[in-house]
Amino acid sequence: MTEIVLREALKRGLEEALENDPSVFMMGEDIGEYGGAYAVTDGFLKKFGPDRIKDTPISEQAFLGAGIGAAAAGLRPIVEFMSISFTLVAFDQIVNMAANLRYMSGGQISVPMVIRAPTGAGVQLGATHSQSFETWLAEVPGMKVVCPSNPYDALGLMRSAIKDKNPVLVAEPALLYGAKGEVPDEYYEVEIGKADVTREGSDITLVSYGYGMRPTNDAADVLAERGVSAEVIDLRSLSPVDLEAVVNSVKKTNRAVVVDNARRKGGVMAELAADLQQQASEWLDGPVMRVGSVDVPWPYNRGLEREVLVDKDNVLDAVAEGYGL
Amino acid sequence: MSAIENKSSNTPTQNSAQQLSGERLVELYRIMVLSRYLDERVWLLNRQGKAAIAASAQGHEATQVACIEATDPSKDHYLIYYRQFTAMIALGTEPEEMLRGFLAKENDPMSAARQFPLHGAHPRVDLFNFSNVIATQLPQAAGVALADKLKGSDAVTIVYFGDGASSQGDTHEAMNFAGVHKLPVIFFCENNRYAISVPQSKQMGIDSLASRAAGYGFPGVQVDGTDVVAVHEATQAAVERARAGEGPTLIEASVERLLPHTTDDDHTRYRSAEDIAQMEERDPIKVLSELLKRRDLLTESEDEKIHAAAKKRVNIATDTVDAEPYPSVETMFDHITDGSGNGGAL
Repeated sequence: MTEIVLREALKRGLEEALENDPSVFMMGEDIGEYGGAYAVTDGFLKKFGPDRIKDTPISEQAFLGAGIGAAAAGLRPIVEFMSISFTLVAFDQIVNMAANLRYMSGGQISVPMVIRAPTGAGVQLGATHSQSFETWLAEVPGMKVVCPSNPYDALGLMRSAIKDKNPVLVAEPALLYGAKGEVPDEYYEVEIGKADVTREGSDITLVSYGYGMRPTNDAADVLAERGVSAEVIDLRSLSPVDLEAVVNSVKKTNRAVVVDNARRKGGVMAELAADLQQQASEWLDGPVMRVGSVDVPWPYNRGLEREVLVDKDNVLDAVAEGYGL
Repeated sequence: MSAIENKSSNTPTQNSAQQLSGERLVELYRIMVLSRYLDERVWLLNRQGKAAIAASAQGHEATQVACIEATDPSKDHYLIYYRQFTAMIALGTEPEEMLRGFLAKENDPMSAARQFPLHGAHPRVDLFNFSNVIATQLPQAAGVALADKLKGSDAVTIVYFGDGASSQGDTHEAMNFAGVHKLPVIFFCENNRYAISVPQSKQMGIDSLASRAAGYGFPGVQVDGTDVVAVHEATQAAVERARAGEGPTLIEASVERLLPHTTDDDHTRYRSAEDIAQMEERDPIKVLSELLKRRDLLTESEDEKIHAAAKKRVNIATDTVDAEPYPSVETMFDHITDGSGNGGAL
């Protein structure tokens, strides 16, 4: 085991793929000389050359569309967006095209492409750079969506994403690039679609993913001090979602709070809460409680932004309101 | 040298590799006539309530057949758009296969009846068409060409679009991207001067789309799309350029859209009677038929035989496909994600 930061884990996954598979190449804004806006591809241009590490024009439709074409033609492109908010200008290519091509071609065209994008708020970048559109893309059939909260999952999920034959969005929590964690030296993968029970407990189930794991774990710590044993689940994959893992936990704890660090409205956790209500109602002692960030455009001001972003007190309030714990 | 060249068969290019033989000209004419009958049949099937929608290639036949003739279907890639009946036939798609798409039959080869007619991919012909949201195929074509460049192949990618698609951001981004990387791609615009009902004068402030190529650092060529020989020459030059690693070319072929935009449209609402009447003179089947007869390559009776054979071929295909089954509801979830198999189909 070695302790590394999440950025290093992503980098290791990409580097391995570039070394081992000549059909893998990368495209994105400032990924070459500059090394990527969050330094994930630092040194890649020198190591792998300009044919495989392509600095692109500021032209998301072009490089995402070109990624689709290259994937359909047998390569394995990895496309980096500088922010998940910038995927909006390429949503037509992502949603209408990449995700649908397989179905629309009756199974003939596969798009084995990885789309990487920093996601989430918390670094004072304002309304157009702080959103979490992995929640939107998780709804689209044909897309797979993952979002790691720690280096172990970041490396394991990146390996699976690059091997996958479908378009996979790897949403990288911007606040967690520097998050530390242990990573095995031997090879492993994290299967897409499998959640992780990161802390076992018996009194209440707390579910989140990505940056949301931080306030969720903090809340679980506070609950433990109060003698409440929380089971914590990291979804890791938003599409497909491991509903079974969450239902199994709720059968044990009879209580559930779901935590989205994206805006609360319409998020992945809205879907999960509805499914839980339907599939686990006989085991639930109360309503599935939903927590998320406040439904406003992300403010630039630090104080306002912190107020909007979900925190451990929001989680604890929901636990108290729903279950009196 | 001006970035825009005007090509017509009266001014042959100097390094035109191969002239079209009389025999090939007749063969291209045969494909155009078959396309016309099939096209007419699909409109009829729409009026019978059997084909939900169709966009016609009538008026675009010469351009499509001549362009394909200048390429190498054994290795080149074709990202077509929704108006390309003739291109598909020229590439070897059978009338039955096309009708299966229009009638949404179980064994539609392009999409298994999941997508608009003529959209999808073809298992035998190197075709790729997902152009419902117009111009999306242009960046994708740049990607296919990029893959060939990275693989060291000398294949060329030809991507087709109409004048309407030229106003989309995708078009600009794709051409810029292809220009930066000198990709082996031909941007082939079939300009019929109408984006559904919006005339060219309301789509752009220029007379020639080809003039935009200068802004991307590659040549733009304007050609009469009713002139088989001229289109063939222009495409041949672009193919040679792309194979030699010199980068993209934009070809603008001026054509007529003889029918309304689709079976859901009525162009008499926005085109004048004079405008519609003048198109007849530029019907490419008429133009080529006259040329062949002028050059003694086709007699009146041979022409009649070609028409009769095309009609018969379309009748047989219609009867065959009409009797075939629709997909079963149980297959609804097939092909959403790929759990096996390999990546690309191209």
